[in-house]
Amino acid sequence: MAMTNKYENIPAEKFQFAKKTDLSHDKKLDTKPVSYFQGAFRRFAKNKGAVVGGIVIMFLVLFAIVAPFFTPFIPSYYDMSYSYVTPKNQWFVDAGIDFWDGCKQKDTNYVGYLKDLALQQETGREIIKHGEVEKNVDGSNYSYRYDTYFGFGFGKYKIISEEKYKAIQAYQKETGRQVLYPIVEVSDRPTLEKNKYDANIYYVTQDPKAKTIRPKLSTSGEIIPNYWKYTEETKGKTVADYDSLRIEGENGFTENGETYYYAYGRKVDGGIEIRAEYYEYYIYEHTMEKKDGITEPLFLFGTTDAGKDIFACLAYGARFSFIFAIVVAAVNFIVGVIWGSISGYFGGKIDLFMERFAEILGSVPTIIVITLLKYHMGSASQVLVLFIAFFATGWIGMAGRTRMQFYRFKNQEYVLAARTLGASDTRIMFKHIFPNGLGTIVTSVALVIPGMIYSETSFTYLGIINLEAGNITSVGTLIAAGQKSITAGAAYVALFPCVFLILMMLSFNLFGNGLRDAFNPSLRGSEE
Amino acid sequence: MYMFKYVSKRLGLMLFTFFIIFTMCFTLIKLLPIPTNVLPGQDPEVVYATLEGRGWITNVQEGKNGLYEYDRVPILIQYGNYIKRIVTQGDFGIATTYGEYVNMPVWEVFVSHLPPTILINIYSTLIGVPIGLALGILAALKKNKWQDQVINIFIILLISLPGIVLALMLQYVFCFKLGWFPLTMSTSNDYFTWEVFHSMIPAVFALCLGSIAGYARYTRAELSEVLTGEFMLLARTKGLTKRQAIYRHAMRNSMVVIFPSILSEFVSVLSGSLIIERMFAINGVGRLYLNSINFQDYDFFMLLSGFYTLVSLTAGIVIDISYGFIDPRIRMGAK
Repeated sequence: MAMTNKYENIPAEKFQFAKKTDLSHDKKLDTKPVSYFQGAFRRFAKNKGAVVGGIVIMFLVLFAIVAPFFTPFIPSYYDMSYSYVTPKNQWFVDAGIDFWDGCKQKDTNYVGYLKDLALQQETGREIIKHGEVEKNVDGSNYSYRYDTYFGFGFGKYKIISEEKYKAIQAYQKETGRQVLYPIVEVSDRPTLEKNKYDANIYYVTQDPKAKTIRPKLSTSGEIIPNYWKYTEETKGKTVADYDSLRIEGENGFTENGETYYYAYGRKVDGGIEIRAEYYEYYIYEHTMEKKDGITEPLFLFGTTDAGKDIFACLAYGARFSFIFAIVVAAVNFIVGVIWGSISGYFGGKIDLFMERFAEILGSVPTIIVITLLKYHMGSASQVLVLFIAFFATGWIGMAGRTRMQFYRFKNQEYVLAARTLGASDTRIMFKHIFPNGLGTIVTSVALVIPGMIYSETSFTYLGIINLEAGNITSVGTLIAAGQKSITAGAAYVALFPCVFLILMMLSFNLFGNGLRDAFNPSLRGSEE
Repeated sequence: MYMFKYVSKRLGLMLFTFFIIFTMCFTLIKLLPIPTNVLPGQDPEVVYATLEGRGWITNVQEGKNGLYEYDRVPILIQYGNYIKRIVTQGDFGIATTYGEYVNMPVWEVFVSHLPPTILINIYSTLIGVPIGLALGILAALKKNKWQDQVINIFIILLISLPGIVLALMLQYVFCFKLGWFPLTMSTSNDYFTWEVFHSMIPAVFALCLGSIAGYARYTRAELSEVLTGEFMLLARTKGLTKRQAIYRHAMRNSMVVIFPSILSEFVSVLSGSLIIERMFAINGVGRLYLNSINFQDYDFFMLLSGFYTLVSLTAGIVIDISYGFIDPRIRMGAK
């Protein structure tokens, strides 16, 4: 009875004496520690707007990197014949959708309609889409979807060399593509200067002397071709020999017992005058002569007033903008951090002097800096001017932010401890203080980049900086071209660069704000 | 007395900064070759005599091959003369290469270009400030209700739209598609006629939409912070109605921060928006500046860069000084 078991339900043999090794201390934490950057990343991932912004930025960057490889066009390419050609996507054309098909709505009068119709009949191209035409009641207005690629037709009569004339014939035979069409005899052409060289007029006209050429219709309402025909006897010296594809129904046809041929070229000084359908001629030019990788005129985003491919210009412009912004931001970051950390860490007179200097430099409006640089570096590259101007005023903000971070941390105990242990100034600055402020400083870089791209766009829009030289271009130049096109009824020229700019600014702002909130939870929502 | 010291210190610092920038610009401009090109129809004798009279060159001689030779006046002396002329005669030089204004005093040309720029900015402020404040106040009072959310979406949209795109969209929709306004501003010099005002409207809207969003966002943030202050609770407990408390206490307190920013924005818009002026072909200071860059007219550049610098510096200190006048804590010199 010396020891009674108080716990009746637990048998006594279950109890054991504790040994020394069983002594339990504080348990190790089961959960994993979350580092500052992991926490920041988690907070960032929770912010939907920021993530979407980040994804959009990735797409834009991808576009800027990849798109130039997929288009054979380059910013320095231009073709005045194909100016204001509307956007065309082959998929939409194949699917027969009346959108993004290289057509535009055209309102014209009867004569304009007849001209397009004549062109369509000769070339067999679908210039009037689906052949659907809407007339208004009194017949003064014809409205239809007009193909801007084929609608250009023949343009003007061209004069090419004899070798090229032969080469085109060989090309025609080989590929079966009709480039050359019969020409009209000079005496049959309209007389006014502005109509004289118009190769689209292949028909008999009502009055060759009139300002507006009206096709003369046959009694059955057909357009009457007015090709230059000759027989073997009447063939003059000026008719160039031709032995390639001929247009349908014309292979030495017989009329009144004589065999006639159509003339496809006229010998003139310096070569042979031809009538070439520009669409086919363009393909021939680029695949056989220039060999620049362009296989057909197909402008995904259309062309500008100068016949530049908007897709290529936008892609190259975006690429330039991104590279430029990142390089400038990196340089500003390095210089700003060094300047700001020295100024913030040492304080006192050094700080005062450096601050004053930065303040005065920062008060000079950027536009004045750019102008001065432009004057002094007139012959140098404009990219360099832009770079130096953005650097001259850009690093100051970064320096200010770094300085603030240094002021925040430099008097804290752990810095004092490091100093007591004998750490050098450089070590304290870059091993102890700087990493603590890094989050804030890096975030500000993300917020600075869209502003930089926007000012670059503004300066190129204003024409102060002209990046057109060489193989670069800028979104701002495109927007300036787009503004001109508004009055020409080609709003799409402005549309694509504007959409790009909006997407970029919006996504960078969302992304930057998300980053800031993630790195500095205490600042959440400020500046909003 | 404290206020006087404060203001004069800030002004002195500003003038010092301005002087340094101005001198820097002058030196950099004078390091460039002097534009001595004689335009067709001009007498070279007269051109060189003018340049000599301006105090830029000296010892003009007709050298070999009919070319003129001259010595450049030291930059410091030129600068002294330049400042002297400005101070004593208000003479900022004459246009030497700017096509349509050659031989005209740049100051007069500059003054003749001021009205469109200033008018557009005044109109834009007159429209922008009330609307922006009203939206901001409404959003703050109805915080987290549907009104607030609608206004917020509006603000975010306007702020994220780059200025160029916004102006271009306005021009496309209202001037081209709908045809309500002319595409560009009328060139008439009677600035107060309906025709000119009508042609200004798109530019004014393009300018003020951005600032409406800015004011609304700022006001909403400030006011909603003040509304949660403890003194508001006190005001209500001592018996003021909600309306009284908001008008007499919350609004006044939030204005301490909002008003200086309005003032500063007003000053800084005096220099105009180069983009808006270019897009709507406004014959203002911005256009003068852009053209003078292309013509490399240095007297214009000096005057206009001085103007731009002064405006941006003033906008900066206006905030600080007006804080002093509005906020008694600063006025009394409290730290």
